[in-house]
Amino acid sequence: MNVIKSLTQNKVAMVGFSILFIFVVIALIGPYLYDGSPWRMVQRPFLPPFQNSNYLLGTDTLGRDVLAGLIYGARISLLVGFVSTIIALLIGIPLGAYAGYYGGWVDEVLMRFTEIFQTVPSFALAVVLVAIFEPSVYSITGAIAIVSWPPVARLVRGEFLSLRSQEYVLAAKLNGQTNRNIILREILPNSLSPIIVLASLMVASAILLESSLSFLGLGDPAIMSWGYMIGAAKTVIRQAWWLSFIPGVAIAITVLSLNLLGEGLNEALNPKLSGNREN
Amino acid sequence: MKPLLKVENLSIRLPAGGDREFAIRNVNYDLMPGEILCVVGESGSGKSMTANAIMGLLPKVITVDKGAVIFDGYDLASLEEHRARTLRGNRISMIFQEPMTALNPLMRVEDQIAEVFLVHTKMTRKQRHDRTLALLEDVGLPDPHKMLRAYPHQLSGGQRQRVMIAMALALEPSILIADEPTTALDVTTQAQILKLIKELQRKHNTAVMFITHDFGVVAEIADRVAVMEKGEMVELGNRDAVLNNPQHDYTKKLIAAVPPLVSPKREIKPLQVPPILSVENLCKTYRTGGSWLSKARIVKAADDVSFELHRGETLGLVGESGSGKSTVSRCVVRLLNSDSGKIRLSGSEIQSLGTKELAPFRKRIQMVFQDPYASLNPRKTIGQIIADGPIAQGMPRKDAFAKAAELLALVELPIAAIDRYPHEFSGGQRQRVGIARALAHDPEVLVADEAISALDVSVQAQILDLIETLKKRLNLAVLFVVHDLRVAAQVCDRVIVMQKGKIVEMGDTRQVFESPAHDYTKSLIASIPGANWRSDTTAVTASGVQEGAA
Repeated sequence: MNVIKSLTQNKVAMVGFSILFIFVVIALIGPYLYDGSPWRMVQRPFLPPFQNSNYLLGTDTLGRDVLAGLIYGARISLLVGFVSTIIALLIGIPLGAYAGYYGGWVDEVLMRFTEIFQTVPSFALAVVLVAIFEPSVYSITGAIAIVSWPPVARLVRGEFLSLRSQEYVLAAKLNGQTNRNIILREILPNSLSPIIVLASLMVASAILLESSLSFLGLGDPAIMSWGYMIGAAKTVIRQAWWLSFIPGVAIAITVLSLNLLGEGLNEALNPKLSGNREN
Repeated sequence: MKPLLKVENLSIRLPAGGDREFAIRNVNYDLMPGEILCVVGESGSGKSMTANAIMGLLPKVITVDKGAVIFDGYDLASLEEHRARTLRGNRISMIFQEPMTALNPLMRVEDQIAEVFLVHTKMTRKQRHDRTLALLEDVGLPDPHKMLRAYPHQLSGGQRQRVMIAMALALEPSILIADEPTTALDVTTQAQILKLIKELQRKHNTAVMFITHDFGVVAEIADRVAVMEKGEMVELGNRDAVLNNPQHDYTKKLIAAVPPLVSPKREIKPLQVPPILSVENLCKTYRTGGSWLSKARIVKAADDVSFELHRGETLGLVGESGSGKSTVSRCVVRLLNSDSGKIRLSGSEIQSLGTKELAPFRKRIQMVFQDPYASLNPRKTIGQIIADGPIAQGMPRKDAFAKAAELLALVELPIAAIDRYPHEFSGGQRQRVGIARALAHDPEVLVADEAISALDVSVQAQILDLIETLKKRLNLAVLFVVHDLRVAAQVCDRVIVMQKGKIVEMGDTRQVFESPAHDYTKSLIASIPGANWRSDTTAVTASGVQEGAA
């Protein structure tokens, strides 16, 4: 297909994709291959990186293996990122689709509802939600999903608004197709490309959000995550800067790779909109 | 006489991977001082390319391969850009098809025009103002003093195009290039703009290069004609010679496809009673804007419209943009809800039915849409597009696809098309798919909403032929919404003329065209470009006209 072809020709996007792919592989099988728990104290605390070949990235304030923490952390970061994005899409797409397709008072009600979420600062809302429901993977994922669906709804609504008056949609109405069919089979497939692009960027921001929550101590206490590692190391940043730096780099690279991929997807899916045209 | 502009052996290369190697190839023509040269061709013929090369408007990926455009002793095509620009500067100017996008929406008319003087001359503020005013008077804008202060959105399409012409003529150029300047305009406005261009051209002795697809316009305005086909110039000659005695096959084919203005004699068949579709006192009003602070803008798009449509006849619905003809057609198929009135489909009242009760009537009245590119879902195969309707009405999937295959044969498309996607087809072929989709329900009434206006003239003729054949074979009643009066004269048994939501005239086509009763109809017919040309009764023959394969 054209999209895949032009995506594979886009070097920057492929770099993003490769990095992301490596991280996903690490998250999936890393814990089985790398022997060691992120919680067990294995060495003296504050072991700097590259000094002990058994613990390549050193140990943290309690003598726990940093590399093990990174590997397990990748799992939670990516899991929360992808799952919360999927949930956000599941909320945002139907809402936006209904609002855009039916218009009128349906649109008014749904969009006012969306605006309620948009007016509250999303991070503050996420903090409150996690605090209320006790920190766990589920509550964190849910909270991130709840604060990140409004842009999806807005985008989908806009797409539906412009596509619903297209002649092929009118033709489907004349055919006697049900509204559900028109939404799912006529309009949605044609509005997927901007949604895919947005989703790839949402995964990145969800990862950031999860890290921020963990950094504040609102992470799942039973699960090692990148944000937690930075949070736990923040008090010793002068003595052991690498404890914050290493997971920080992991977060930055993941988010960067997702952004590169998202940009590449945007260029591949919306060639007209991207700025890199010749003329 | 020495030519003003010489195009010599000009070839322009397209980027690799295009549908052909050259945009234009070995094009030669001269532009004499004070003449109007029409460059005519179908879409994709490369007719705008030469003009773009002259004006330096070619996209970066497209390059002049060889040849020259000699103006004032210099070759515009090979000259460095900044030198060519000063040379072009105030000597050659251009007007475009879409006057709205060519004007800056945030600048008043005066500032837009005065800017030209500001950039190119050393006039004082007062001089600029006076000159701008004189120009607006020159292009015949009403109340020029008020016009100076107007923003583009406050002007009509025709007025905008006049402003564009005023800007183009501001520096009294020796060459004016007009790229389809009247295509976006209504026929009466078009007539005025064409007249204006001709007047100004005589007055200032400007050479005009007029690019168009419309042979009517050519007949109206041209001194000489250059015909382009797929990037090559196939014929060049005086207007009368080319129009009345074309030499090249392609020119012959194009001219044969232009519908003559006189309606052919039709045997007057007794209308089958009762009518299949009858519309009584249909009203539809649009309200836009309006809140408790401002008054809503109210447009009566359909105002007390009544007509009847019988099986086996083609009823034309003609009018300019904003006349309400599309609104009426959409109300009739119930894509729009009308405010009041009655719509009866073979006796059953459908105007007020809700979505559920309407379902069984949907399949009896179907529509063919205007834009062959927007009317097919790009993510579905042709087979799915056609079969979807019957499936939605409860036909088993297998039968529906078998029917789609039959319909493809009916609209003369290869059966292999069934598994392919719309983007693989040309405009005319897509329109055939649109017709097949409408016929999938075995409708009794077919509404064609400008179904041919987006197509090239030779393809138009084929689609018209197809609709005519299908109408006869399936005994359809066809409601034909069209703005092109030439087409209406050819295909309609009866016509309705609409203006501002009201029916102003209704009658047999021949009678309406030969002795129009209403003033508006008269002005419409008088505005048709090239009205005197091809007013004989030779019928349209599309035989031998083959649509390009996908």
